[in-house]
Amino acid sequence: MSFASEFRNRARVVASNLRHRQIIRTALGNYETARDRRKATYQDWQGARQLAAETKWEAINHLDHYLLDFSTRLEARGTKVHWASNASQAREIILAIVQEKQARSVIKSKAMTAEEIHLNEALEKAGLKVVESDLGELIVQLRRETPYHIVFPSMHLTREEISALFEKELGSAPTLDPEELTMIARRVLRGKYLTADIGITGGNFAVAETGMVSITENEGNARLTAALPKTMITLLGIEKIIPRLDDLALFLPMLATMGAGQALTGYNTLYGGPRQPGELDGPEEWHVVLLDNHRTELLADGEQRDALHCIRCGACLNVCPIFRNVGGHTYGTTYSGPIGSVITPHLRGLQDWKHLSGASSLCGACTETCPVKIDLHHHLLQNRRNAAQERPDNLEEAAFGVFGWLTRRPAAWKTVRFILQKIQPLTRQFQKKPWHPAKPWTQTRDLPVIPSESFRDWWKNRPKTSKHD
Amino acid sequence: MDALYPRAAISMVEILERLGHRVLCPDALVCCGQPAFNSGYWDQARAVAQPVLESLQDAEAIVIGSGSCGAMLKIFYPQLFDKTPQKEMACGVAARTWEFSSFLVDKLGVTDLGAAFPHRVTFHDGCHGLRELGLKQPPRTLLRSVQGLELLEMKEAETCCGFGGAFSAKFPMISSAMGDVKCHSALETGAEYMVSNDSSCLMHLQGLLSRQGKSLKTMHLAEVLNCVKKN
Repeated sequence: MSFASEFRNRARVVASNLRHRQIIRTALGNYETARDRRKATYQDWQGARQLAAETKWEAINHLDHYLLDFSTRLEARGTKVHWASNASQAREIILAIVQEKQARSVIKSKAMTAEEIHLNEALEKAGLKVVESDLGELIVQLRRETPYHIVFPSMHLTREEISALFEKELGSAPTLDPEELTMIARRVLRGKYLTADIGITGGNFAVAETGMVSITENEGNARLTAALPKTMITLLGIEKIIPRLDDLALFLPMLATMGAGQALTGYNTLYGGPRQPGELDGPEEWHVVLLDNHRTELLADGEQRDALHCIRCGACLNVCPIFRNVGGHTYGTTYSGPIGSVITPHLRGLQDWKHLSGASSLCGACTETCPVKIDLHHHLLQNRRNAAQERPDNLEEAAFGVFGWLTRRPAAWKTVRFILQKIQPLTRQFQKKPWHPAKPWTQTRDLPVIPSESFRDWWKNRPKTSKHD
Repeated sequence: MDALYPRAAISMVEILERLGHRVLCPDALVCCGQPAFNSGYWDQARAVAQPVLESLQDAEAIVIGSGSCGAMLKIFYPQLFDKTPQKEMACGVAARTWEFSSFLVDKLGVTDLGAAFPHRVTFHDGCHGLRELGLKQPPRTLLRSVQGLELLEMKEAETCCGFGGAFSAKFPMISSAMGDVKCHSALETGAEYMVSNDSSCLMHLQGLLSRQGKSLKTMHLAEVLNCVKKN
């Protein structure tokens, strides 16, 4: 089955699931309140957006230069920098490190890039035990699911479901207290940090000026993942670059505001290198893997290059009425919601993933909310255009051809309207039938009434006195 | 608007003429070409849009009773005709194009049309009018001066209704779910009418409301504003 049919089938099921709709609406309603409260504390939110967009523009349009600065400065303090062109290279690099260390267990903090390259599967296949240390990620890992949302991986689950999951997988006593559920996970995780051979993290910002990786988190799990195992591996998309350390003063609060409605995320840590002589903690070795995986192709697309500005805050998902109705898993992609619909065709093939650009009403709520001003919904339009140009759908192309022919012939247009108006009693009488030719519309909606007099009729027939032409 | 919502178009003509304007409606104005454009078929869209463009050359102002078609002319025509001989023409038309409520409020400075509509009304923002053209206030300004009209804001006023043109037929399950959310939000206000400056959204919403047997009615903004005592 094609990705498009799978999407359709899942969308049909989830969109009509009222319980799902309610869970997501409640969660995102709380998010919206918190986000707006935080946004209101900015003196000039639109100015902050503009500055963020310009800063990322500078970073992305000088990526060659900033990436070299970043890697040179990292290496100067003993970090090993690896460059991966694609997902399989990135997996090979990481597997080689893991094998060299003869590692048996890995603790991992949240990293969407790791999801993108299917790292956990590769590690498990190589015989390693991988544990997710972020609570939401641990929950979806225990459910053998992918993250539902790039910031809130388990937002689709209720406390009842999480309690039942922990009971089954971790043997804990049932509880609906969020704090107690967190403590259950913590008790399990604490031991894992101490025994893991390798800690794998993602990163939120790569500071070119100082050669540092900034990691944002709310649970302290990324700090432990980075600090306790002897070897640390950080996987970063090359678009994570920001030029200066000072830029974090803008991006850290912005990410917190748009990601979770926080003033600042609980823990923001800068990593500059492995343990230096005389230091008491930190990993003995630090490997930073820089991942391209089709990002440079997006970079080459002048029209959509700004999609690389993305700081993965998830704000566009949260406001997207499509996401809110079909849910994160329906997309079948690592990155869901508007940003996922924009970049997945670039990352995984336009023809296979163009349906995501079609599955949008182009309402523009995403573009309006995006803190780095990615022109998201217009990129969906461009993906549609590029897909149709590359491989037009014959039926659709012909239909638009006929439609165009009609619009240029007012008499024919009028005839079509006349016929539809006359057969209206029939088309309306049978509109609930499954064989109705307009079924995609009539299954849930009544057909509009076609009045006997059109505007053109009125225009032509109205008394001359009121006519000005 | 010609075939399905003639009352809205007639109301626009009557309002504009009452304000002393000379209204023309060239035969070539059938469709702006947005369906093909939004589906990615830009050549086919240009074929529909070109006669529209040519017939609008002499108009001082182009007034459109739909935020969506308005955005097509104002925002997307210059892109559609980019690198074609019609580029300049498209930019000229874009500059002279106005969505109906914005033409009244922003261009003419008219806010009170002397209309009376003693009903509870909630306003639905079409996304193109709201976000492409940035027209949150003009329709509300006009509605607030309508006698007897009680304007009730719904919780999800800015959330898309789910019409989205071809999207509504290509992904009916998503489109209808979005429409349900919108209708629920409108029904919550206790309004008798859901008014919008986009009849395409209303066609979708009215379709859902009628199917579900709801009494909430939809109406185009121009029709409300045209509820005046005629001599």
